[in-house]
Amino acid sequence: MSMSHQTARSSTSATTARPRSQSVQTAINILTFLLKSPTSAFGIVVLALLILTAIFAPLIAGHDPYMQNLENTLSPPSAAHFFGTDELGRDIFARIVHGSRITLTIIFLVTITVGPIGLFVGTVAGYFGGKTDVVLMRVTDIFLSFPSLILSLAFVAALGPSLNNAIIAISLTAWPPIARLARAETMTFRGADYISAARLQGASPARIIWKSIVPMCLPSVLIRLTLNMATVILTAAGLGFLGLGAQPPMPEWGAMIATGRRYMIDSWWLVTFPGLAILCVSLAFNLLGDGLRDALDPKQMTKR
Amino acid sequence: MPDLIRGRIGGVAGQIGSIAVTLFGLLILTFVIGRVMPTDPVRAIVGEDATREVYETVYRQLGLDRPMWEQFFVYLKDVATLDFGTSIRTGQPVLNDILYVLPATIELATFAIIFGAGLGIPLGVMAAVHKDRWPDHLIRVFSLSGHSMPIFWTGMIALLVFYAQLGWVGGSGRMSQFYIGLVPEKTNFLLIDSVLAKEWDVFRSALNHIVLPASLLGYSSSAYITRMTRSFMLDQLGQEYVTTARVKGLSNRQTIWRHAFGNIRVQLVTIIALAYGALLEGAVLIETVFAWPGFGQYLTSNLLIGDMNAVMTCVLVVGVIFIALNILSDLLYRIFDPRTR
Amino acid sequence: MADPILDIQNLTLRYPNAPTPAVCGVSFTLGQERLGIVGESGSGKSTVGRAIMRLLPDATMQADRMSFAGVDLLNASEKQMLKLRGARMSMILQDPKYSLNPIQRCGDQVAEAYRTHVSTTKSDAKAKAIAMLEAVQIRDPERVYDLYPHEVSGGMGQRIMIAMMLLTDPELVIADEPTSALDVTVRLQVLSILDDLVKQRGIGLIMISHDLNLVRNFCDRVLIMYAGRIVETLDAKDLDHARHPYTRGLLAAQPRIGGPRRPLPVLDRDPSWLSEATL
Repeated sequence: MSMSHQTARSSTSATTARPRSQSVQTAINILTFLLKSPTSAFGIVVLALLILTAIFAPLIAGHDPYMQNLENTLSPPSAAHFFGTDELGRDIFARIVHGSRITLTIIFLVTITVGPIGLFVGTVAGYFGGKTDVVLMRVTDIFLSFPSLILSLAFVAALGPSLNNAIIAISLTAWPPIARLARAETMTFRGADYISAARLQGASPARIIWKSIVPMCLPSVLIRLTLNMATVILTAAGLGFLGLGAQPPMPEWGAMIATGRRYMIDSWWLVTFPGLAILCVSLAFNLLGDGLRDALDPKQMTKR
Repeated sequence: MPDLIRGRIGGVAGQIGSIAVTLFGLLILTFVIGRVMPTDPVRAIVGEDATREVYETVYRQLGLDRPMWEQFFVYLKDVATLDFGTSIRTGQPVLNDILYVLPATIELATFAIIFGAGLGIPLGVMAAVHKDRWPDHLIRVFSLSGHSMPIFWTGMIALLVFYAQLGWVGGSGRMSQFYIGLVPEKTNFLLIDSVLAKEWDVFRSALNHIVLPASLLGYSSSAYITRMTRSFMLDQLGQEYVTTARVKGLSNRQTIWRHAFGNIRVQLVTIIALAYGALLEGAVLIETVFAWPGFGQYLTSNLLIGDMNAVMTCVLVVGVIFIALNILSDLLYRIFDPRTR
Repeated sequence: MADPILDIQNLTLRYPNAPTPAVCGVSFTLGQERLGIVGESGSGKSTVGRAIMRLLPDATMQADRMSFAGVDLLNASEKQMLKLRGARMSMILQDPKYSLNPIQRCGDQVAEAYRTHVSTTKSDAKAKAIAMLEAVQIRDPERVYDLYPHEVSGGMGQRIMIAMMLLTDPELVIADEPTSALDVTVRLQVLSILDDLVKQRGIGLIMISHDLNLVRNFCDRVLIMYAGRIVETLDAKDLDHARHPYTRGLLAAQPRIGGPRRPLPVLDRDPSWLSEATL
């Protein structure tokens, strides 16, 4: 918020103020468009539920997610334990509810790392062009030439298994598409009159990039991050499942599936519910992303 | 795709240059990842209670006392001579290990891509033809679900249902325990080996075991194929030659398959080559669930014990496969499109 | 003119989600003659052509009558339409660069038009196609047969298109701006090929165009369309005596070699034309 404030203040004319009020209007348009389609509405509802669950986790859970009860292990779903209990007698529902906080943490941390890295690389490459551009985009291409899970695996292996390292590894593999996008956006703004005006006034490249270019790239970067979030969640869960992400006893959904695997044949609820949770959240992001793509497709917009 | 287009503009020489740069970058990346790891490679070899002298000797043998850039050149030389070191876990040269496990994964991935393309292409065409009507929405949810499922979880649930409960398919592994060692390993592609040895029971067992993991992998990759097919097809259906075909009196089906579909075949080949690379990613997870003795399982089991020689070589191999698939899809494009001939 | 080939009374067509109909109350009949439909882009002239061929499945169509050689086009099943399209009525599209399938050999595309409607051998269809290519004055038809669309020029492409569309001896051909994508130098040549074939075979031709001179020279009768309505119907030779202000405006907006060098007049559009009763 404070950043857009500064932008408005620093702008000498209405050039940046107009896009801002416009972008609010666009955001409202996009939201109404999304809510009209049942599939993206489902995505929005699920994500809202996820956030609410994470905020009110202790109230919703009803049990302590870490509390063991060795006299009541592997009990099937019942009124007392909606999703049953695990091999240590912990309430699975409570663990899934608290796990939503871990999922949100991953989403949040990946967003605030990947966004700036991608924005930095992309805007710098796009603004300066020439050799800077060639080198930075080459590096981006090299990162893109790996499948992201395999590269994250390698990073986690090097850094050692833990949730934080998993988040770092995912961030290290998730920034290239963002950088590509930010670069493309920057190239379209680079020649704009208000950028030239800022340059003529003697603004440094750093200032121009930070105050004039980054705010313009931000909306599309945020949308792209939403599109990628399903992959991020699946990668995090996959790392957790392989024992390279969140470590027990943390109620991370992927790790819960990994431990539940041993009891799968007799106690299906151990793996079923955490898996459904992952499926719901990543499907929600995918449906929302798909809706956003449609909403932003100019061909679609004019059709309405 | 942008890579390919840029490659075409720059011509063959530019393309070879860009491949070389990417390969070099790949090597730097694996080298760096290999060096930043906190686990001590010397300790991994000599064990916890080795004397200081032994430690020092091995330290020097590994060349860790020399400056970084020198180490990197040694690494480059090793890679150039295909010497990737020895796996700590198996005691075998890493390259031998990988060549041994790779066929299992290729077998799995090939079945998966056949399934994924067989599912994704017709669905994508159908979605395009019925754009914005209910088949389109239904197909979108179906294919996005495939893309959204955590494949290790779906694998476990599928094993539970189709193997443990229904008994329709084989369980984990490439074949029943009973048949292991029965077929001489000539190519390491079990389906081929069993045919060569005329062991039809083994062949059936292998098919039984590959169906489930391959179809799950295929389903998860079909989302991408469906979406791309749909958008390619929408482009084509808006073209005038489609109108020409209808004016000629061709039915909807003939117009779609004989004319419009013909024009997306080339693009589809490109997409499928790229999807094949992405499959390798899912293979890592699904092999763990299905105890599939392939590349993914080799990678993860070495990962957990910090066998960095093996891990880094695996990463390098995947990178090279990715680049190769990119080049392949570009080549196929040139071969199949009459306009580029 | 005994029985008309095409008889359309009060045709109205609306695209989905469009505020106004694209075609509104259009009526005309067509015998073995050459009828021009003239108008600006967006006047609905192409839509009329495509509506006749029933190529707009999403649009809603209404008409008092719409019959082609005794077949009720409004209620014909898709199966019936498949027998008509390409066999008894066909359409020449604007730009051969886009209207030919880029990955099929030109000749095969011509032959396909024949094979769709006549059960015959491959080689027979090929012979027919080559003969037809010769009929549109392609000098080396065997060689052209094997070319891909990107290997032929625009004029050649359009002749291939004409060959494809006339091969089955249709009773009606709709030519939708058949020459506007071509070089000026080959326009006349292509048009005269089309004209000769249409006359020889007694085909009813609808020429959709925005080019008044072209229509004047190659048509017997002209319909002037404006905003989905027919505002005037004239014999081509009477075009200069048009009475409707819109037609006069169109005529006046044309540059003339040797004419005065003042700015060309701009079209005046009068909303009252929309409410006027059409012919």
